[in-house]
Amino acid sequence: MSLIKAMQLEKTYVTGDIEVKAIRGVDFTIEPASFVSFIGPSGSGKSTLLNMIGCLDPPTGGKLIVADQDITNLARNQAADFRGNTIGFVFQDFNLIPVLTVYENIEYPLLMVQKWSVGDRKKRVMSLLEAVGMADQADKYPSQISGGQKQRVAVARALVTNAKLVLADEPTANLDRETANRIISMMKTMRDEFQTTFIFSTHDPKVVKSAEVIFTIEDGKLQKNGSEVGGTHV
Amino acid sequence: MFNILKMAAKNLTRYRRRTFLTTMLITLGVVAVLLFVSVSGSFKTMMIGQITDSMLGHLQVHRKGYLASIDSLPLNKNLNQKQVKKLEEILRSEEAVESYTFRIKLGAMFSNYAETTNIRLNAVMPDKELQTMPLLGDRIIEGEKEGLLKKGEILLPELIAKGMKVKVGDTIVLVANNKDGSVNGQSFLVRGVLEGISGPGGRDGIMHLEDARSLLRIEEMEVSEVAIRLKSIDQMEDVFNGLKAQLSSMTNKEGKPVFELHTWEKLSPFFNIAKMIDLMTLFIKVMLVAIVLVSIMNVMIMAVYERINEIGTIAAIGTRPGKILALFVTEGFLLGLLGTISGTIISLIGITAMNLSKLTFNFGRQTGLELAPTIDASDIVVTVLIVIFIAVLGSLQPALKAARMDPIAALRHV
Repeated sequence: MSLIKAMQLEKTYVTGDIEVKAIRGVDFTIEPASFVSFIGPSGSGKSTLLNMIGCLDPPTGGKLIVADQDITNLARNQAADFRGNTIGFVFQDFNLIPVLTVYENIEYPLLMVQKWSVGDRKKRVMSLLEAVGMADQADKYPSQISGGQKQRVAVARALVTNAKLVLADEPTANLDRETANRIISMMKTMRDEFQTTFIFSTHDPKVVKSAEVIFTIEDGKLQKNGSEVGGTHV
Repeated sequence: MFNILKMAAKNLTRYRRRTFLTTMLITLGVVAVLLFVSVSGSFKTMMIGQITDSMLGHLQVHRKGYLASIDSLPLNKNLNQKQVKKLEEILRSEEAVESYTFRIKLGAMFSNYAETTNIRLNAVMPDKELQTMPLLGDRIIEGEKEGLLKKGEILLPELIAKGMKVKVGDTIVLVANNKDGSVNGQSFLVRGVLEGISGPGGRDGIMHLEDARSLLRIEEMEVSEVAIRLKSIDQMEDVFNGLKAQLSSMTNKEGKPVFELHTWEKLSPFFNIAKMIDLMTLFIKVMLVAIVLVSIMNVMIMAVYERINEIGTIAAIGTRPGKILALFVTEGFLLGLLGTISGTIISLIGITAMNLSKLTFNFGRQTGLELAPTIDASDIVVTVLIVIFIAVLGSLQPALKAARMDPIAALRHV
């Protein structure tokens, strides 16, 4: 059973009289526990596609099913609940909350989005801190750790809710080569450990190489390059 | 809710100086209001107490038309014996009435055997007067206070005692016209000197009612004024309405009402000052509302603007719009709460300090009045609730903006 199924997915932005077709009727499927990369030039539509999968931006046409739920037309609260329970996000700029410690940043979704007991929360956060190798930095604030460490915390925060899917938009763009490789490799380990699907968009060819399935987007369309439409199994 | 409170508190530590300054602004507003309310309220209560408890009483009854010509102290507009008896019956049956006193108000010529001047006098029954005016004794600044006065004695107003160079123990002469126009004179022993206070009758002398009847050759029980003291001033309006209904039903042969009833508010110009104080208190409260509203709105608008990216992040990871709204409103609530707590503490310390330092002030001809500010718990509660309500209101608009923010636009914000 596919984790994501997109059928004739479309996204059109209208500004005044100008209509911009960001995504033009794409079809694809993504299997559970896969490690997927969307690549393409700037403005090709990869972020738009990620936002639609992430339930942040509703499609204007077609149908999108994620984790057995049709998310094409969710209301705001429904979309928020769906994101909180199913999807984790990793951002290019890490987006950690500066007034919270590393521990509290990872704990945030369990506290403010899901309702976990104190004991369960502590156990879960500690296990994630161990998994991303940040247990010894738990009490530090984001301003006191490096970029690579911040991204590790962001990955832990994305996974803490047992998300089935983690979306990472340019997760290595603000990291040096070595740190970027380490983050990608850690994400792969996390995928193996938690059976979570990772989807990331990137420009970086070396990062692309680490992906197991690659979708190339150009001008809002998926290109045929591989054994399945729009997807290349590496 | 606790988690939201915790998060909001953490967010307030983000810009400590801004939080401190905003809290201080609210604190200053709260201190200004509470100190003003306590000082002005105490001043008002003291002055009203002095007016009602040493001079006017809470209510007064006169014969219809007496008050309009009170300046000439007309003896022909006194209540007669029958009317006084009827009035006494009514007052005795009214449970809220604690006591009442009868007065004859008269004008006389005052002589110290060397000089002569005019004097206004209240002739009273000492026991009843003291019962009805419990603070009257405190106005005796020279001479014996106990028992007010006996027959043949007089309490002189401070101004006349000083002006005529009369001391306690001296003998003076009063000469008065009765209502038929004949003149009579009697000598009196100066028993004491009365402090003058603001308001009608505040500079009148006091003599015994029996002496006034003898001086004016009044044979029956005649009274110019009946001052009434109630068990509680809060009952004044109800008692006034009840008595008014009873008294207005009593008419003379021409079918016109015999009595007129007034509250102290109608009789003393201080009531207008009291109203002005209430208006100023309201104005100060409006200022406080404006201070809180502007400062909270300003700080919360800034907070939302500076955290747009973060709002996008927490929205993306699944925080519901309602929770984002609650988070920002709680920040405003906490700012208001902090400001009111510190403002209330500082105000209470200030009020205690003022009481300990025994500050005095002058009002009219009265000097050395001691300021004894107090504040009701209800005033504190009302001020705290106003500030917190306005703080929440002020943070609502920025919080709504945050809650309605499109996560993608917020995440893209630089």
